[in-house]
Amino acid sequence: MSMCSTTPVLRLALGVAILLAILFHGFETGRSETPSTTYGFGRTATEGEIKAWDIAIAPDGAGLPPGHGTVQKGRQIFLKKCAACHGPTGREGPMNRLMDGQGTLKTSKPLKTVGSYWPYATTLFDYIHRAMPFTAPQSLSPDEVYSLVAWILYQNKIIPEDAVMDAKTLPRVRMPNKNGFVPDPRPDVPAR
Amino acid sequence: MGESLEQTRAVNASKPSGVARVIARRGFLAGVAAWIGLVVARTWLPPTDAKAGEPITVPDDPTRVPGDPPTPYGKRSTFERAQRVASGQKSLTPHQDLHGIVTPSALHFERHHNGVPRIDPARHRLVIHGLVDRPMIFTMEDLKRFPSVSRLAFIECSGNSGKEWAGPRGKTAQDTHGLLSTSEWTGVPLATVLAEVGVKREATWMLTEGSDAAALTRSVPLPEALEDALLCYAQNGEALRPEQGYPLRLLLPGWEGNICVKWLRRLKLGDAPFMTREETSKYTDLMPDGTARQFTLVMEAKSLITHPSGGHRIQPGFVEIRGLAWSGRGRVTRVEVSTDGGRSWARASLEGPVLPKCCTRFRFPWRWKGQETVLQSRCTDETGYVQPTLQSLVTVRGVHSYYHNNAIQSWKVSSGGEVTNVHV
Repeated sequence: MSMCSTTPVLRLALGVAILLAILFHGFETGRSETPSTTYGFGRTATEGEIKAWDIAIAPDGAGLPPGHGTVQKGRQIFLKKCAACHGPTGREGPMNRLMDGQGTLKTSKPLKTVGSYWPYATTLFDYIHRAMPFTAPQSLSPDEVYSLVAWILYQNKIIPEDAVMDAKTLPRVRMPNKNGFVPDPRPDVPAR
Repeated sequence: MGESLEQTRAVNASKPSGVARVIARRGFLAGVAAWIGLVVARTWLPPTDAKAGEPITVPDDPTRVPGDPPTPYGKRSTFERAQRVASGQKSLTPHQDLHGIVTPSALHFERHHNGVPRIDPARHRLVIHGLVDRPMIFTMEDLKRFPSVSRLAFIECSGNSGKEWAGPRGKTAQDTHGLLSTSEWTGVPLATVLAEVGVKREATWMLTEGSDAAALTRSVPLPEALEDALLCYAQNGEALRPEQGYPLRLLLPGWEGNICVKWLRRLKLGDAPFMTREETSKYTDLMPDGTARQFTLVMEAKSLITHPSGGHRIQPGFVEIRGLAWSGRGRVTRVEVSTDGGRSWARASLEGPVLPKCCTRFRFPWRWKGQETVLQSRCTDETGYVQPTLQSLVTVRGVHSYYHNNAIQSWKVSSGGEVTNVHV
């Protein structure tokens, strides 16, 4: 039966049915439309509370704390607090290798390190501060983190030995693999 | 004959003579006393479990002795041995030993990045801030007051089958596909809670942060996440397991496990991805040309024969081929099984309910005549996407992408009935 031959009443019934179907389908699958009502649960967060938890550093440097670090200091801190897992120069392991590998990504033996793979230097600050050292996360001061970042970037030949890392200089560091990432193209494999 | 003699004795025992009745009553009273003693002992003394590997003592005839008393929190029979295989920062679900679609909570796979934190739910808070009208803090009690939703969904780590790119590395279905599990999840829709704080128009991404020792963070694209994301506090009817994010985790149905952040403590709305370590240096797919795919979040359609699978040994005759199929893009619409290494395929039956972004159980009746062969399964989802062969994936992606391997799995059956992992 084509739509043209239906009576207005039938069309109305059909419309209502479709509306109900959409409505109930929504409920059934748990998909929620943006609710128009609020419930009044929870309370306002104070600026102090948010500041205490907001440790995220954005690629533009937003969130970077005051302080600074140098390659020399970073070398000392690395030996003391990082070398046990990453090796004395960040290359020996047993945990993730941090240095070298530039130019290997398209070879048969790609070496993914901070220097060859990471697209943003700010991520290094964010990650070291939130999750390292493994046995004492969030124990490093901003100066210590800036210094470690400086040491790792220097070892990867990304910054010079006399570079100072702080909230201004770090976001300006251009990582070699900055443009190495592409969006998800899947589905990418033809069927059969 | 022995059986009927036993039955006669049982009948006689139920009609005791006068003396026997007294003895029986004494026996009964002694039995009650012993039972009460047992209950008291179980209540007041620490439980004394049978040591692992040691079979529990059982009566010759469980109909002749009272059974165990009820317990506050049940446990499985001590005869059962299915267990996760744990190593480093993960443990794997033993699919070769499981049935149906729901993974028992105690066997749900684990992946964490610096251990399972111990969190007091009374002290746990979720803070939502950034590009919102009203930055807010919620207690677990607050979150449970919102309208709730329960749904079944799989969670698959994008590293599931990651080692299989390089060859048939795993011995069992647990080794090859153990980073996949299915649960019924209960929580409040993310959209409901975000409406409470009022998301600003320019907010397009959301940083999600865990309260573990990795303070793990991932950026979630917002319009998609608002569709069916849940802030979950329950799994299979009870509170989340600690290793599944107790007391609160994010569930993004169909997306890679890592982004379903556990021990969730913070949501920060922003206008760009935060480029965290997990979404840049990890969980990105390196291609042969040296570029890497980023935010490859959907877990594409995949299936697995769980029985018979690696480590099993089958007998000639009827063998029910059983397995799981799932797709992060919606419902599974078809599963085909090949019992000749992919030369011919036949449709398996799908067992309902077939739910979107959830594992579906499939079954296929087979008669094995003792020949050497290879078993495979291949699924199609409601978008028409067909699970690819490993070869066709490698042709496009090479062998260094590690994540998102949804290739057809092959199990070789030897003439002796042993089942092993092969690549064909």
